[in-house]
Amino acid sequence: MIQFDFLAVLAEWPLLLKGLAWTLGLTLVATPLGLIIATLGAWSRASGPAWLRRALGVYVELQRNTPFIVQLFFIFFGLPAAGLKLSPEAASLIAMTLNLGAYGTEILRAGIQATPRGQWEAAQSLALSPVQTFTRVVLPPALQRVWPALTSQIIIVMLGSAVCGQISTEELSYAANLIQSRNFRAFEAFIIATLTYLALAMLARRLLMWAGPRFIFGRRPA
Amino acid sequence: MIEFTLWDIVRNLLLALRWTVALSAIAFIGGGLVGGLLLTLRIGLGRRTQRLIALYVQLFQGTPLLMQLFLAYFGLALLGLEVSAWTAATLALTLYTSAYLVEIWRGCVEAVPRGQWEAARSLALSFGEQLRHVILPQAARLAIAPTVGFLVQVIKGTALASVIGFVELTKAGSMIANASFKPFLVFGCVALLYFALCFPISIFAQRLERQTHAR
Repeated sequence: MIQFDFLAVLAEWPLLLKGLAWTLGLTLVATPLGLIIATLGAWSRASGPAWLRRALGVYVELQRNTPFIVQLFFIFFGLPAAGLKLSPEAASLIAMTLNLGAYGTEILRAGIQATPRGQWEAAQSLALSPVQTFTRVVLPPALQRVWPALTSQIIIVMLGSAVCGQISTEELSYAANLIQSRNFRAFEAFIIATLTYLALAMLARRLLMWAGPRFIFGRRPA
Repeated sequence: MIEFTLWDIVRNLLLALRWTVALSAIAFIGGGLVGGLLLTLRIGLGRRTQRLIALYVQLFQGTPLLMQLFLAYFGLALLGLEVSAWTAATLALTLYTSAYLVEIWRGCVEAVPRGQWEAARSLALSFGEQLRHVILPQAARLAIAPTVGFLVQVIKGTALASVIGFVELTKAGSMIANASFKPFLVFGCVALLYFALCFPISIFAQRLERQTHAR
C-alpha cells in the first residue's frame, strides 16, 4: 500500500514560498525585458538594415533550435571560461530573457507583417516620424493580433524556468528537490511543485489576457 | 590527466547524439500513437470524454516538462516498479508529446468545414467511413506542417532527460565539460549539434506550411 505524506512537504512551506518567489521574480523581470528585445527585434527585422536583419535571424534561429537547458548551461558554465562569470540567478535571468526575446521577435514579426502596407504609408503621409509610425500605428494592432501567442510564450518561459534549479537558482523546482532530499517524500514534493506551476500558468494566462487590452496595446490618448 | 582533443569531444558527443535521436523518435512515435488514440476517442465519444482530454492537455501544457519527468521517475518507483532513467524519460516524453499532438490535430479536424461531415453522412457513410475517407485526409493535410514543427520541441525536450540521469547529448556534454575543463567549447558544440539536428526540421516545417497555405 502506498502511503502519501503531503503534510511532510507542506511543513517546509518557507522553502516552497521562497522558491515560488524566485520563480515569480525571474518571470516578472524576464518578461518585460524579453518583450523589449522582441519589439526592437521585430522592428529591426521589418525595417532595419540588411546586416541587422541577418544577425537577428541568426539569433532567433539559434535560440529556437537549441534546448533551453543547453542555453542555460552555456551561459552559466561556458561563459566563465570566456571571462564572464555570472551568479546562477543572473545566468537564469539572461537565459530566460534571451529566449523570450527570440521567440517574441518571431511572433511579433508575424503580427507586424500582417499590417497592411497602406497603414505605414498613411502614417508617413501624415508626417509621422518612423518612430511615431512604429509605436503609434504599427505596433498596437500588431501586439493585439499576436497577444495570445505572446501570452503562451511567456508562460512557456515561466514553466521553462524550472530548469534553472539545475544551476542552483533557488526557484520552485529547486525547493522541491531540496525538500525531497531532506524528507525523501519525492513524489509528494514534485506533485505540490507541479500543481503550483499549474496554478501559476493559469493565473498568468488570465492576468495577461486581462492586462493586454487595458495596458499594453489599448487605446492611447491622442 | 587525460587531454581531450576537439575530436575526442565531438566524437563522444556524436555517440551520445544517437540516444537523443532514439529517445526523440520513440517519444514522437509513441506520442503520435497515444495522441491518435485520444483524438479518435475525442471525436467519437461524448462531451465528457472531450472535457477529460482537454484536462489532460491542460495538465501537460500547464506544467514544466521537467516536473513531468521527475513525477514519472518517482511515481513509477512508488508503484514498486524498477525504473531506469530510460523508462521514466520514455514515459514522460511520450505522454507530453501525445498531449501536444492531440491538441494540434484537434484543431486540424475542426478546421475541416462542417459541410464535409454532412455531405459524408448524406452519402450514408458510417461514422468510421466518414472519418477515414472524408475528414482525416483533409485534416492530415493541414496537420503535417505543425506536426513536423512539433518534432523540434520533442527533440529539445529530450535534453531534460539528462536531469534524471539519462545519458543523451546534454548529459554527455555536462560529463565531458566536467572532465575536460572546457565548458565553453563543449556546450558550444552541444548547442551546435542540437542546431544541426533541429534547424533542417524547422526549415522543412516552414516549407510545408507555405505549401499548405499556397494550395
